[in-house]
Amino acid sequence: MRLPTDTAERAPGEAAIVQAKPAKGRYRENLSRAQAMFAELVAGERVPDLIVFPEAALTGYFLEGAVYDLALPAEQFANDLAGAWRAAAGDRPVDLVCGFYENAEGTYYNSAMYLHVAGEHARIAHVHRKMFLATYGVFDEERFLSRGRRLRVFDTRFGIAAMLICEDMWHAIMPTIAAVKGARLLIVPSAAPGRGIEGERELTSVTRWREILHGAAAEHGVYVVYAGLTGFEGGKGMTGSSCIIGPRGNLEVEAPDLGECVVRGPIDPREGDLARASLPLLGDLNAVLPDLLLDDELPLPKAR
Amino acid sequence: MLRQVFASTAALLDPPGINPELAARWLEAFLRDEMLGRRGIGRAVIGLSGGVDSAVTAYLCARALGAGNVHAFRLPYRTSSASSLADAQLVADDLGIALSTIEITGAVDGYLQFEPGADARRRGNVMARTRMLVLFDQSAKLDALPVGTGNKTERLLGYFTWHADDTPPVNPLGDLFKTQVWALAEYLGVPAPLIEKAPSADLEANQTDEGDLGITYARADAILAQLLLGYGDDQLVERGFAPADVAVVRRRVESTHWKRHLPTTAMLTNTAINEFYLRPVDF
Repeated sequence: MRLPTDTAERAPGEAAIVQAKPAKGRYRENLSRAQAMFAELVAGERVPDLIVFPEAALTGYFLEGAVYDLALPAEQFANDLAGAWRAAAGDRPVDLVCGFYENAEGTYYNSAMYLHVAGEHARIAHVHRKMFLATYGVFDEERFLSRGRRLRVFDTRFGIAAMLICEDMWHAIMPTIAAVKGARLLIVPSAAPGRGIEGERELTSVTRWREILHGAAAEHGVYVVYAGLTGFEGGKGMTGSSCIIGPRGNLEVEAPDLGECVVRGPIDPREGDLARASLPLLGDLNAVLPDLLLDDELPLPKAR
Repeated sequence: MLRQVFASTAALLDPPGINPELAARWLEAFLRDEMLGRRGIGRAVIGLSGGVDSAVTAYLCARALGAGNVHAFRLPYRTSSASSLADAQLVADDLGIALSTIEITGAVDGYLQFEPGADARRRGNVMARTRMLVLFDQSAKLDALPVGTGNKTERLLGYFTWHADDTPPVNPLGDLFKTQVWALAEYLGVPAPLIEKAPSADLEANQTDEGDLGITYARADAILAQLLLGYGDDQLVERGFAPADVAVVRRRVESTHWKRHLPTTAMLTNTAINEFYLRPVDF
């Protein structure tokens, strides 16, 4: 992996989050709608540098056995997504992130792709395979899917980034490891069925998500770009609330819980430097981490 | 001496709370997505009993789909109370929705004349299933969807007729306890008489739900909410619930799991539907 050597390589830019409400199982139709969305964004005054879609954004989330009908090889998904962008935007470069069900030679994953498109050239910067497959209560992912085995970070125009899919983000160790590995930007495609109607102004599950996202951003001095599905799937309402949170834990922009929309906001890597200077928790963690991990009471495999 | 602050345990005996504004907004979105979005049907038919559940359902449908797209039906049997009919009228008048009355006495008695020994339970089931027959037929006539009115409390306690009250394909209230439905009713502006009267299936004279169940809704809901979280009977009694109340709720829940499922189908192959062949309802 090539690491950026100075801040000039980590350029500020603008992100757009497409809070999508896909037609269940209709991949081609949803891809066409994504293309139409691209055309709208390109026609605007400022074209975003990064466009992020939620988890399973072009198929819907709850597929059960139909996941095997709709999962795609990463290369095919990349071609489809890049083709939709080119059809709408021509040679204009962009970075695209989208959740999809991946068929990797007959092993199936809940994945997210970071794709750089520039003219005829398209490069898959990374495919993250969801590591924490939600399998409890309403969720049944591990019945149908295999879990990813590694959390990798990767280089982008904004600096080093990581993708965490939905429940990945609920385990505090995941954004922590991503940040320790150098991530300045966490992208979180999600499909979050809402629950908890006793909340004061929103579903309690939305509040829980907000606490998690803001906590990770502020603790590690990272941008968090959260893309949530919206709309109901068989009675289960996805909570949207897509947002961009700055590296001080500050909310830059947030979508409502219900309804399709696009939310846009800045990503400026220099903000992360300033945030970490004023609250150097990540630096402190880097110093203490070896002591924490060398604790022989931890249930970790021993090096041979 | 330092002041000591203790956690309150009083709320443990209360039924679960609700933010009715939030719930209403969420349920309206559900109705629009599930009916218009998924099925392309923007009209609802509702059996308006004069009780609070069907009233709340009508208010939600009117808000979600527009009053002109909601058609309510009163489906009285000859023993149904006049006040139920009047209360249903209050709802229709307040909302400005269509209201038709179809007497089911002829259909019910047409069958029951051959079963003179049918007890109240059997007669009640025949009435409930006849009402559902009418609602489904009217939905076909009006190019509409029947919308269910069953709440979580009655579903958990098995206090409904299987393949009758539970049959409509869309149900906005099925994850709300009865006490939450009451709170939602107040928020939505359901006429007070429907909220204040004792809930009744109105299948027999002077029948009330709480009389049939042997426990108040407030107490049942509080117990159910904690039972669903996994608390055992001993823990519920430790928290202050009466052992007899806990026993009533536990017995009803555990003897009616079958009523919350589709019929049991013998599995003979590795492609058995809903066992191996798995597709979501909205696929």
